[in-house]
Amino acid sequence: MSVRRLAKEQPASFAFTPEYLEKANWWIAKYPTGRQQSAVIPLLWLAQKQEGWVCEPALRVIADMLGMPVIRVFEVATFYVMFQLEPVGKVAFVQLCGTTPCMLRGAKDLEKVLIERIGPKNHVSKDGKFSWEEVECLGACTHAPMAAINDYYYDDLSPQILRQILDDFAAGKKPEPKSYIGRQGAAPEGGPQVLLDPKLYDGSAAKPIKKLPNAPGAKPKEPAA
Amino acid sequence: MVGILEDKDRIFTNLYGVHDWGLEGAKQRGIWNGTAEMLKMEPEWLCEQIKNSGLRGRGGAGFSTGLKWTFMPKQESERPHYLVVNADESEPGTCKDREIMRYDPHRLIEGCLVACRAIRAHDCFIYIRGEYVLERERLEAAIVQATEAGLIGKNSKLGWDCNIRVTHGGGAYICGDEMALLESLEGKKGQPRLKPPFPAGAGVYGCPTTVNNVESISVGPEILRRGAEWFTQFGRANNTGTKLMSASGHVLKPCVVEEAMSIPIRQLIDEHFGGVRGGWGNLKAIIPGGSSVRMIPAEEAETALMDFDSLSALKSGLGTAAMIVMDKDTDLIRAIARLSYFYKHESCGQCTPCREGTGWMWRIMERMVTGEADPKEIDMLLDVASQVEGHTICGLGDAAAWPIQGLFRHFRHEVEDRIAAYRARKPHVQGASLVAAE
Repeated sequence: MSVRRLAKEQPASFAFTPEYLEKANWWIAKYPTGRQQSAVIPLLWLAQKQEGWVCEPALRVIADMLGMPVIRVFEVATFYVMFQLEPVGKVAFVQLCGTTPCMLRGAKDLEKVLIERIGPKNHVSKDGKFSWEEVECLGACTHAPMAAINDYYYDDLSPQILRQILDDFAAGKKPEPKSYIGRQGAAPEGGPQVLLDPKLYDGSAAKPIKKLPNAPGAKPKEPAA
Repeated sequence: MVGILEDKDRIFTNLYGVHDWGLEGAKQRGIWNGTAEMLKMEPEWLCEQIKNSGLRGRGGAGFSTGLKWTFMPKQESERPHYLVVNADESEPGTCKDREIMRYDPHRLIEGCLVACRAIRAHDCFIYIRGEYVLERERLEAAIVQATEAGLIGKNSKLGWDCNIRVTHGGGAYICGDEMALLESLEGKKGQPRLKPPFPAGAGVYGCPTTVNNVESISVGPEILRRGAEWFTQFGRANNTGTKLMSASGHVLKPCVVEEAMSIPIRQLIDEHFGGVRGGWGNLKAIIPGGSSVRMIPAEEAETALMDFDSLSALKSGLGTAAMIVMDKDTDLIRAIARLSYFYKHESCGQCTPCREGTGWMWRIMERMVTGEADPKEIDMLLDVASQVEGHTICGLGDAAAWPIQGLFRHFRHEVEDRIAAYRARKPHVQGASLVAAE
């Protein structure tokens, strides 16, 4: 398990902005009455979206909103690694996947780029704009190596492309999260080899079904050989 | 044609996102077709059909989905029934549910509705991993579409009211375990609960709950539309159906593809994934089912089939059918050491064998990567692995032990060679004197 602590320097107070408060209430309303505690992870996430990281006063505010002890919110915030307990880069926060499938396809080379451009991991660059961390499998393994930047996935990266993406962020642009070798979703490079039959998409599948196969009263279907 | 499965038999027709993921596009592809007919059926009939189709849970464990549904109470009581969809896809190598959620969300939502009928539930939570932000937004948007069209929610025109909601986690692998997922859904740390009670007796909020994988839920309606016999014609007995499979690592064209179960691994790699880098002869080993199964060497992969029984006969497993392919240039010891770090990082800290054992295993593995380890430590490591395996509440301890056991089962000589190479021509190796003194 990973040991995580709150940051040493904390702001004096925290409050959700009206926009985020509305979202928070929408989340709380999703759960049954008396089970508001379920909203703690989404609310911590909103606090992180608003401030860039999760500060200690936010834990108290959320505990108050959900009627739960502060220590329980503290537990959740330190248990789940997605919550940043220290400030992160304001322009681009890079989460590089370093687990085996990405490692096999060159995550270590991307790591070098990040060290060279941003500095050691878990440190915000001097101008406060960039930081990076290595994370465990992000679940985009056919797109390896990849990184999540500001929560969205940048797939099929190479050191050159990552450098370009960082340059673009530094220049104030917003590079698009996508596959950087032009793949269509999780299709193989060069285009899909399957799902090419036009009959799948001409609407014939939408022809109303009157009786389901094997429905009671229907003729039993012959089992396929 | 590549592979075995024909296009007409594919369930996930928008796997690559070429077509519209929205409601209209989904209807055009046959989703939401005949759903009202399915909801008119008795839950027993629905469970029976899914059981007859031979659908085994697609999340890795491979338990019969239809059978799982029958464990739910037969009568509704004051405790509402819940369906919880496990979309916490965090297994290294695995990225199949992501494709369903971002490109075919309506298939999942329709599946939720039908599964809710089968277990007599009016409440459903889809628990998606926190990092899947785009996928969560897509799913939320699809739920809004379906609600506005009157398909789900209150007074559904399909005849079964069901409140489907998306909730998310915070980046903890352990929440993919169903008991940890339920804890997390209740707003706690994701530390798995002891079984029994099983979720069907007391799950989320202490109510009867069924937890299913995204893919298992998504294929349900299509099986009912086409009939259980249609599904059983693919694959071998006891391993029927179609399945999303994927490859990462050293293949030329990594991708996700839907294939018939029991397809030979070699055919799958050569035809769908562009072959192994440098040709089949350059293959060293495959981890066939996400990281948490034992690896199989190239000789065994040559004849193995991609299904539950064939792979478990090789002391591996189908898992999520997401293979990690490694060619002859791979440093296998480093690859497995990185996985050991993963399990050490993701252990929830509840059971001592896992909390401490994953750390020990990782540290010994790191010494083996460089060769600094003592040869005696190989057996010590295997001893630790076997003492972690099976001595924890959830499966993470097993999952951490298996990759290491797989490495030593097939490639022990590589570790021994590396230790010998490190010691060769060194006058003194740190720690060796301690061993000599014992």
